[in-house]
Amino acid sequence: MRSKPKIIWIDAVGCNGCSHSFLNHPDISSFFENFKLLYHPILPTENFKIQKCDILIIEGALNKGKRLGYDIEKLIEELILHSKIIIALGTCAVYGGIFGEGVVFKHEKKKRDLNIINIPGCPIHPEWLMYVLNMIKNNKKIILDDYNRPIEIFTFTSHSGCSRNEYFEWKIDAEEFGTKEGCLFYYQGCQGPYTHSSCNRILWNEVNSKPRAGTPCFGCTEPNFPKQDLFKTETFMGIPANIPLGVGKRAYLTLSGIAKSLTNERLSKKLIEDCNEDK
Amino acid sequence: MKETRKEQIMKTALKLFAQKGFFNTTISDIAKEMGMSVGNMYNYFPSKESLAKELLIYSSKKFGDEIRKINEMNISSKEKIKKIVELYFKMAEEEPELVDYFMRVYLSNREIFDNGCEGMLCVSSFVTEIMIFLEEGVRKKELKNQDFFAAFGLFMGYIGGLVFLSKENILSKPLKDYIESVSENIYNALKA
Repeated sequence: MRSKPKIIWIDAVGCNGCSHSFLNHPDISSFFENFKLLYHPILPTENFKIQKCDILIIEGALNKGKRLGYDIEKLIEELILHSKIIIALGTCAVYGGIFGEGVVFKHEKKKRDLNIINIPGCPIHPEWLMYVLNMIKNNKKIILDDYNRPIEIFTFTSHSGCSRNEYFEWKIDAEEFGTKEGCLFYYQGCQGPYTHSSCNRILWNEVNSKPRAGTPCFGCTEPNFPKQDLFKTETFMGIPANIPLGVGKRAYLTLSGIAKSLTNERLSKKLIEDCNEDK
Repeated sequence: MKETRKEQIMKTALKLFAQKGFFNTTISDIAKEMGMSVGNMYNYFPSKESLAKELLIYSSKKFGDEIRKINEMNISSKEKIKKIVELYFKMAEEEPELVDYFMRVYLSNREIFDNGCEGMLCVSSFVTEIMIFLEEGVRKKELKNQDFFAAFGLFMGYIGGLVFLSKENILSKPLKDYIESVSENIYNALKA
């Protein structure tokens, strides 16, 4: 697009967390240079009116309620008709999340066909939206998966690039919360091996991710988010109820049994001792 | 062709181990029984230790393959327990040398298996099937969610113990007469 694409950013039922996350983009000024915001719920813009726009960004879940004097769902339907490209931003707008239904999906179930770009996440990573917007601005094709998510971002799992992978390989688990060493998959609730996101490939604030910092991946980009007991791995008879994507249970159990049997001496004990103690 | 020959050697070895004991049986005894030269035997198994290891993998796989068939049946966990008990007791009666080998050689002489059969390495095909059986039982809400080894030990330790008692001629009835009550006890201990 040669001129500045015009954006209407509408908030349905949510927390504006995706807006706040996006504003942390290190190059946020380029967004204001390259795009024109016709409306944004928490940034100074002109008064809202229903009008044509290039990009409609929907943040928050669809549910009963009023927004800007309109019924939320009716308002969004009207805006969709006036927009060239629609982006559902954040897990609420994509799947419904905590608050309701998504624009196209109600959790795992597809509600309707609509040409939409889905960017799930609670919140979204600022770079994910910036990538999509820049691709649009530069007239590049964005390839989407079955959930209308950009493949470049969501084809990998958040396990990919995790700094704890060495421990995952040898099935050596962090047995308590908040340790620097050990994998978080077996006890600590980490959903990284079956969650689609690039959190460990494009780091947050350019420095970190949940699992790197010692918090399990909560699976926030997935249709069934949020689950209960996010800090505890669900197990059946001690065996993880959910296993890494693309592998059968029999094969996975065989592989992990073998990895556990072949003890990795180096990783079996702490690599760094007493690092948090005072001198 | 080489695989069938290997299997024949393993079966012969199992028979001799059961008759004479593992330590009293030499590679040349096995070769003699097979009508092979000792040199040729070494083409199949470079040492008695490697034969011991492969026998373990072989017997574990054999048992595992049978449990897998039960796992794939569309029946309740209670019925599966009975089928696994039946299978184990049947193997103990029909192929006593196999179960003998597992109990008397593997479990009693772990030092032979230190190099290459650590942990689950050589028994994984059997343990994995028990894992799948127990995991699916919990998933279907038929079995109680508990520690894997607590359940595994209860199941395998119990039926292994019965076979042991049977082999010592201590049981008053044949093994098959215990299938019903043993299965019932295991189910009662594991049920949700």
